[in-house]
Amino acid sequence: MNYEHDVLVIGGGAAGLRAAIAVAESHPDLSVAILSKVYPMRSHTVSAEGGAAAVIKLNDSLEDHIYDTISGSDWLADQDAVEAFVREAPAELVQLEHWGCPWSREPDGTVAVRPFGGMKIERTWFAADKVGFHLLHTLFQTSLKFPSIKRYDEWFATQLLTDDARCQGIVALELRSGAVATVAAKAVILCTGGAGRVFPFTTNGAIKTGDGMALAYRAGVPLKDMEFVQYHPTGLPGTGILITEAARGEGGIMVNKDGYRYLQDYGMGPPDPWPRLRGMELGPRDRLSQAFVHEMRKGRTIKGPYGDVVHLDVRHLGEQKIDQKIPFVRELARRYAGIDPVHEPIPVRPVVHYMMGGVHTDMYGATPLPGLYAAGEVACVSINGANRLGSNSLTECLVFGARAGKSAAAFALEHKRVNRGALEARARDETERLTSEFFRKDSGSERVAALRNEMTSAMETGAGIYRDEGQLRQTCDQLAGLRARFARVRLDDRSRGFNTELTAALELDCMLDVASAIAYSALARTESRGSHQRTDHPKRDDTRFLKHTMAYRTDGEPRIDYLDVVITRWPAGERVYGR
Amino acid sequence: MPGNWWLINRAYFIFMIRELTSVFIAIYLVLLLILINRIAAGPDAYRAYLAFLATPVMRAFHIVALAAALFHSITWFTLAPKGLAVRLGERRIPDAVIIGSNFAAWIVVSVLLAWIIL
Amino acid sequence: MADPTITLEIFRYRAEQETEPSYQRYDVPYRDDWVVLDAINYIKDRLDGTLSYRWSCRMGVCGSCGMMVNGVPRLSCAAFLKEYYPDPIRVEPLANFPVERDLVIVMDDFMEKLGSVKPWVIRDDTPPLSQGERRQTPAQLDAFKQYSMCINCMLCYAACPVYGLEPRFLGPAAIALAQRYNLDSRDRGRSERQAVLTSEEGIWECTLVGECTVVCPAHVDPAGAIQRAKVSATVDYYKDALLPWGKR
Repeated sequence: MNYEHDVLVIGGGAAGLRAAIAVAESHPDLSVAILSKVYPMRSHTVSAEGGAAAVIKLNDSLEDHIYDTISGSDWLADQDAVEAFVREAPAELVQLEHWGCPWSREPDGTVAVRPFGGMKIERTWFAADKVGFHLLHTLFQTSLKFPSIKRYDEWFATQLLTDDARCQGIVALELRSGAVATVAAKAVILCTGGAGRVFPFTTNGAIKTGDGMALAYRAGVPLKDMEFVQYHPTGLPGTGILITEAARGEGGIMVNKDGYRYLQDYGMGPPDPWPRLRGMELGPRDRLSQAFVHEMRKGRTIKGPYGDVVHLDVRHLGEQKIDQKIPFVRELARRYAGIDPVHEPIPVRPVVHYMMGGVHTDMYGATPLPGLYAAGEVACVSINGANRLGSNSLTECLVFGARAGKSAAAFALEHKRVNRGALEARARDETERLTSEFFRKDSGSERVAALRNEMTSAMETGAGIYRDEGQLRQTCDQLAGLRARFARVRLDDRSRGFNTELTAALELDCMLDVASAIAYSALARTESRGSHQRTDHPKRDDTRFLKHTMAYRTDGEPRIDYLDVVITRWPAGERVYGR
Repeated sequence: MPGNWWLINRAYFIFMIRELTSVFIAIYLVLLLILINRIAAGPDAYRAYLAFLATPVMRAFHIVALAAALFHSITWFTLAPKGLAVRLGERRIPDAVIIGSNFAAWIVVSVLLAWIIL
Repeated sequence: MADPTITLEIFRYRAEQETEPSYQRYDVPYRDDWVVLDAINYIKDRLDGTLSYRWSCRMGVCGSCGMMVNGVPRLSCAAFLKEYYPDPIRVEPLANFPVERDLVIVMDDFMEKLGSVKPWVIRDDTPPLSQGERRQTPAQLDAFKQYSMCINCMLCYAACPVYGLEPRFLGPAAIALAQRYNLDSRDRGRSERQAVLTSEEGIWECTLVGECTVVCPAHVDPAGAIQRAKVSATVDYYKDALLPWGKR
């Protein structure tokens, strides 16, 4: 079976839905489709809690948001892209409000904002502490009113199709039937999210396996800045479930086993007056996660059943404020940590949360492959550089989702229909490949889950918060070994219909590619910047590394190249928090 | 779903009992209408009907019907806030207040009626 | 002393292999902070890769992992093993839906119903974006907030005997979603949703069993949403009959 559309969006989260709506609104005559391996309401956008940033209050300015983002990125963000992002952010969030998003309000009915990490002035719009949930459902429900948007729910994209030096669509597996089809399109937008699942402890859900990154990578598109992996400072131990930064934005503090607010020892003090923006617990995420590691090495963290933790204390906020501003935090802590934050501090530790890196795009969402676009966490524009500020990501999905949608629509209008014959052959090839590599194979000895666990373990050891050459090389070797063993994977499940062991294998295939890009990029960057910290190269080196890492896939090690960061008005400087 | 779906769990079973109370109340209503009709038909008819109502079967029925009516009223009042969301200024009136005032009004009216009739 | 274990009895069905479903028993390690989903993941990873089920966020917000646990619709990521230990746990696909395979149900009907209530802001006079956000007081937000919390997990449809007996019933989540927009001060689309809501299989099918509200993990209270819809539909009906001018 074969299908055809003008624009095809892969992934149905905030970025994907926003892109599809942008196409449908600007060009209702274009046929646009959203194809996702899960129903859109399940996309991982749903779990975002804290808020989305944009300048609207009178005490704020675009300049401040731009500077906060650039300095937060440790100067690796492309400044022209950040300027465009900050300028377009407010209109996007107002658009969401018009579409019905239930933003929390001030008593006078205007939208309320809360303080967030690394930001000089409070500008984070919020919806209690379930912003991602409300944003996603608003976008999904709004998308239903456009008759030109067609959806392919529970379809797994397995390959990008290129022909005539252009991306022309995808091959996909329909989960329900197990049938393979091509979906041809004049323009394809990847909105498949990040890849937190290459690590063992993550806030990310099961579906965050870097599929879109791998698809682009295999089609020759470089993955940019992959070594920059964000650890969110406050995840629950064991499960890795996210406890939002908003808990600190509302005034929560972090203490070690002596009840001491240790962040003041790491250049983020003074501890009072509190709350204070850009200081202490409202510092940037990379610094907070790194401080945890230092405290742990000094023996000042608290030992728990799932390793070391520190305490996030919100008791002083009082029950009423907690129930009003961070009710979901209370619910999660009670259910999954067994404590009530009104009466006890919450045990937390850094967990992998976000990929600053991703598919290389320009500020219009275009990748170097004509016809292929990307937006959201899967993409790297870059506006987040070496470290992302909390609440910039949801806004990023909206701004660049809309941009990518408009760019893709323009491309589709300017280009001819795709060559169907060539594509149909590829669907047959892919069906044959899946059959021989997974369905029919009786040889092979490796289990998907076992390989996956070894991969995550290798990544945690070598590509964690602090890295060095020896451990990175070891991880790279282990990944190469796992890649070889993947060829010998054997599935228990040989059915065609809704075979989730097959999709787990396909996801592992993608994750091995992504993990390799991360590890080799980290190995090549011999400096420390933002969330990439090398104990053997502890200083930031702007002379050699004020550049983006570009990883290109080969049959062996990725080829690493570099691309200059775009500097407009803010020359690289020192990141100052606290005072 | 099978025909005996209401035996699957306790919640469904109690729901069915609640719905069945309407049957008893309907029968009671018919008996009441007949009573009015008998009053109109004259003192002999009236006395004969009262004697009928005093038989063991009818007494038993009335006890069951009273229990059914009580159950119906209690479940009805408990569910009342589901239909009503009354706002007083900023906040919604709590469910307990709506339920409580329904019960209070019920007791007052019942006492009044009992005083009038008895 | 061996490590404690617990038994899961799981519904299995693969259309390609068998015509009838069956139950398969698995023994998994017991940990007091594990949820049913953890046990199922253990089975798939270590014991039997052929088990199919949906899951993602494992924190109760994506709505993927709804299943019948000992006959009660639950999110498997929120049902703790310690609630059942040491007794075995029976896990089945959500009731009242056709089964695709194992614990995976067919959601097409639900998706169609969600869309049928026009769940978006319907308004003619939207101001330009440059004018900023429309005002909405905290009290106005409060009026519909609860009904906006639905995670589309379908536990309410599994709990509703009316939906089980009459699959054309619009159902709790769809009606609550319609109410979410009807009560939103920014929306003007109540009359457009009226036809679907008051159709034969709409709100009037509901007999207030109330189990939908009992099982809802997001505290939406769909039963309340439906009863209020009945009240407002009735008021609208009489208003339209007695005062035919000034229709919203």
